Amino acid sequence: MMGALIGRDVRRGFSGAAWLPIAFFLFVAALVPFAIGPDARLLGRIGPGILWIAALTAALLPVERLVEPDRADGVLDQLFLHGMAEETIALGKAIAHWLTFAPLLLVAAIPASALLAMDSASLAKIEVALLVGTPGLASLAVAIAAVTAGLPRAGSLAGLLLLPLAVPLLIFGASGSLPLEAAVSLLLTAGAPFVAGASIRALKT
Amino acid sequence: MTPLLRFEKVTLSRGGRQLFEDLDLSLGAGEALQVIGPNGSGKSSLIRLAAGLLKADRGKVERAPPALADDNLALDRELPLGKALQFWGGDVGRAIEALGLEDLSAVPVRLLSSGQAKRAMLARAIASGSRLWLLDEPLNALDTASAERLNDAVADHLGGGGAVLAASHQPLGSGWRVMELGR
Repeated sequence: MMGALIGRDVRRGFSGAAWLPIAFFLFVAALVPFAIGPDARLLGRIGPGILWIAALTAALLPVERLVEPDRADGVLDQLFLHGMAEETIALGKAIAHWLTFAPLLLVAAIPASALLAMDSASLAKIEVALLVGTPGLASLAVAIAAVTAGLPRAGSLAGLLLLPLAVPLLIFGASGSLPLEAAVSLLLTAGAPFVAGASIRALKT
Repeated sequence: MTPLLRFEKVTLSRGGRQLFEDLDLSLGAGEALQVIGPNGSGKSSLIRLAAGLLKADRGKVERAPPALADDNLALDRELPLGKALQFWGGDVGRAIEALGLEDLSAVPVRLLSSGQAKRAMLARAIASGSRLWLLDEPLNALDTASAERLNDAVADHLGGGGAVLAASHQPLGSGWRVMELGR
């Protein structure tokens, strides 16, 4: 059932608007040189930080589609009746969310780095940092989606909740402290399914 | 023989109002029970309680793994009906046949009428192969022919050692025990 759920969520992610967060990510990267000016040295220096901010906001865009539609349509009930624990459902959703946005993001980071006049060494560094950080980001997004499912104006609330919690990831990711970033990402990946699972359980009414 | 569904002195309150108190209920193989009662008397809550989707305030609920068909479609709207049912597994072909959905299995779920959608939800429960069926208002939006198909499917299920708990305003026919809530 787990494999079927991941497959379904990935298919739905891509048939929906998986390219939209990626387009948003590229737009942010393209706008920065207009706002800052075409100073290649300055752009190259702030580039990694800009890419992290863009990645963070791109991960936030699909949050409303992660859990709420399945709650409203009874899919969560049926998954539970098919013997899936709420934590397992959350883990499956986190994996599927990662698969729909992270690989595309890693590819999009290549043209984005060119727009920001970053050299290949800092591109390689940010690719590794994004690879390490995105599992934590995806898990966090699913947890926030589960916590806010069923609430009015869940989208803006999700933003307010997710961005502060993602700050440690942002600090260590953008500054290049890979071990600390990996630790934060691991903590989020391991903890988020339990938060999301408890929230999904509390949704049962 | 152990019953497929058993309530023991179950009390449930919703929104500060007690729906039922010390309810006993036992449903064995081959038995069908219809729950009736006015709107808001707790029929749907009883079904969700039986499914394990609600927790009782007091008392004990024991059940075999159930199949639930309530008002939630839980089928991917962009997929053709056959594919959408397949996600939940089980004997989809037989369920589609039982409810006469053969012609619709290539139609996207979002285009189904409300009666067709109800049949699809019932088909999902039938396909599951669970011995215990929990049906919430199974006759809603069904035409006479479909209601008869459902009756036949239920009779088959009971004959094969299954059990059915249904909440419905409409009479479901002979062979159903009736329990009234909210009195």
